[in-house]
Amino acid sequence: MAVPRLLRAGERVVPGPARPGSAPPHPCDPRVSLPAAAPRLYSSVSAPVPVPVPVPVPAPPSAVDDSLLSKPLSHPDFFNLKELFSLKDLFNARVHLGHKKGCRHRFMEPYIFGCRLDQDIIDLDQTMEHLQLALNFTAHIAYRKGIILFVSRKRQFCHLIESTARECGEYAHTRYWQGGLLTNAHIQLGSGVRLPDLIIFLSTLSNIFEPHVAIQDAAKMNIPTVGVVDTNCNPCLITYPIPGNDDSPTAMELYCKLFKMTIIRAKEKRRQREIFDELRRKAEGK
Amino acid sequence: MAAAVGRVLRLGGRWSAAAPGGPRAQTLRLIYTTTAVQKKNVGASGPEKYTEEFIKKQIEEFNLGKRHLANMMGEDPETFTQEDIDRAIAYLFPSGLFDRQARPMMKHPTAIFPEQRKIQWGEDGRPFHFLFYTGKQSYYSLMHETYEKLLNAQKYQDQLTAQDLPQKEKRNLAGSRWLTKIELEEMLLEKLSDDDYSRFIQLLQKLMTLPCGDIEEKYIQKFTKEVPVQLEKAVTEPLKYDERGVAFSTGEGTRKTSRATAVVYDNGTGKITVNGIDVLHYFPVLQDREQLLFPFQFLDRVGKHDMVCTVSGGGRSSQAGAIRLASAKALRSFVTEKEVEFMRQAGLLTVDPRVRERKKPGQEGARRKFTWKKR
Repeated sequence: MAVPRLLRAGERVVPGPARPGSAPPHPCDPRVSLPAAAPRLYSSVSAPVPVPVPVPVPAPPSAVDDSLLSKPLSHPDFFNLKELFSLKDLFNARVHLGHKKGCRHRFMEPYIFGCRLDQDIIDLDQTMEHLQLALNFTAHIAYRKGIILFVSRKRQFCHLIESTARECGEYAHTRYWQGGLLTNAHIQLGSGVRLPDLIIFLSTLSNIFEPHVAIQDAAKMNIPTVGVVDTNCNPCLITYPIPGNDDSPTAMELYCKLFKMTIIRAKEKRRQREIFDELRRKAEGK
Repeated sequence: MAAAVGRVLRLGGRWSAAAPGGPRAQTLRLIYTTTAVQKKNVGASGPEKYTEEFIKKQIEEFNLGKRHLANMMGEDPETFTQEDIDRAIAYLFPSGLFDRQARPMMKHPTAIFPEQRKIQWGEDGRPFHFLFYTGKQSYYSLMHETYEKLLNAQKYQDQLTAQDLPQKEKRNLAGSRWLTKIELEEMLLEKLSDDDYSRFIQLLQKLMTLPCGDIEEKYIQKFTKEVPVQLEKAVTEPLKYDERGVAFSTGEGTRKTSRATAVVYDNGTGKITVNGIDVLHYFPVLQDREQLLFPFQFLDRVGKHDMVCTVSGGGRSSQAGAIRLASAKALRSFVTEKEVEFMRQAGLLTVDPRVRERKKPGQEGARRKFTWKKR
């Protein structure tokens, strides 16, 4: 039970495995804005091995593309996602409302601001930081043309999430999760299938109030996850947890809106940069 | 091709984390395996999938081949139909093979390559459908669409109630049925479970109960089928009149192996003629004559009609039963609908389905078994 000690409030681990393209960042990276980044227990990931990782997208290898993919990583907030939300917006959308004291999960205690009349209140300052990191990560994944999968098992928001995914050109799975979908994908989905590069959980619990199977499956398949964790959820295996309410319609609409805007923004930026590079290459070629 | 191999390697790298690698054994993720090893590890992954461009290429080749074939046969390439192709192929490549599927054939690629086997993702690996990762994309997208229609209908209903307009009348769907599970599977090209099917039908029924606009009507009609009306009212034939002006009507009846036709005349005295012979001589037994009399007795028309019948086949009793049915059918034209209903309920208009049961081997008769001997 040594794990809870390491995950203290505000602690952030090395942000995500290095699948999107470049070498895994050093723990002292300025991007890791929060203090005391404690290493994860399976420490084989933390050691930065200078191995050229094959790029998942079949991009033609050229010097220009390096700047296309590496330049965004040098900015702390390349896509300017701070302007998309404010603490007031989160408060108005009732993101701070948690469940009752009896439902509280032990590992969510660092993220809880307090308890009023037996109802837990989530600390919105921490939520802001986590949300910023998560949206930034999502934007980078979308910029690098990764596949994003929205997962939730809440029946009342199933239609909303599927519509959101469809509108931003990504994928959704808000239905019954078949056991081997990620781990047995070659047989269930066809051979040569490409698995999602990011899974976003808009509710980490399944219909029976247990952690969703996809969390552990994604961890097994080395797929980074972003998840909205409520006070009764387990934030352990999620790469970028966002402590917040997952039961109110206003909160869910806010999350959907934010994710949609980040993904669209990132894709737009990528498209613009590609066009810009194309024009520049043509100009140089002449 | 290199890209494809690279992709497979990458996926293999993600999976075989425990496989012994070379100099890269330190990282958990990047272990390279060959495609051969990869393919061996993968179990039976089902039938081969075809890409969109492969199908397009096949269609182009087919069209070109069709024109060549038309030229070879000396016919006009523009008006060369599929039947002409079949005939030409049968002529050019005569085959004595028994199985028709094994003979040479030239069909349009959409008929040969079943639609569901197309690969569901593009060159970059991104699936086309946004619900691909659920496994049952067509079914869930159908549920999604139907639920959207439901929400629209509810919104429409709310608008009507807000504006205090009268509610639209509910549709009457008598004479139509929902698609069966097999028909739905054919429509979606995907396997469904019974649970899935019942959920979908429940959603459609819920949509049906709401007063919706024309768009939803058209959508629901996609999933209904017309049921042919089963019960047809038996039309009683009108009375016919012969040269003397007397009303008459005919009827046919069967019983066991007897076939009878009866002509019942109005304004009669109760005279009955069977095969040209008077009834007293043809049916000496009282029981048979009672059977003939029953329809008239039931309708209180004992001495009012004459009857001329012809009967063949069967025995004494079955001929009597056949004539009884024939006369009852003929009497329908003389009588009101209510009385026809009474006759039907009395069993006068029903064909007696009892026939002689065959003798079975190992038994002495149809039911009688051989005598059982203890030793």
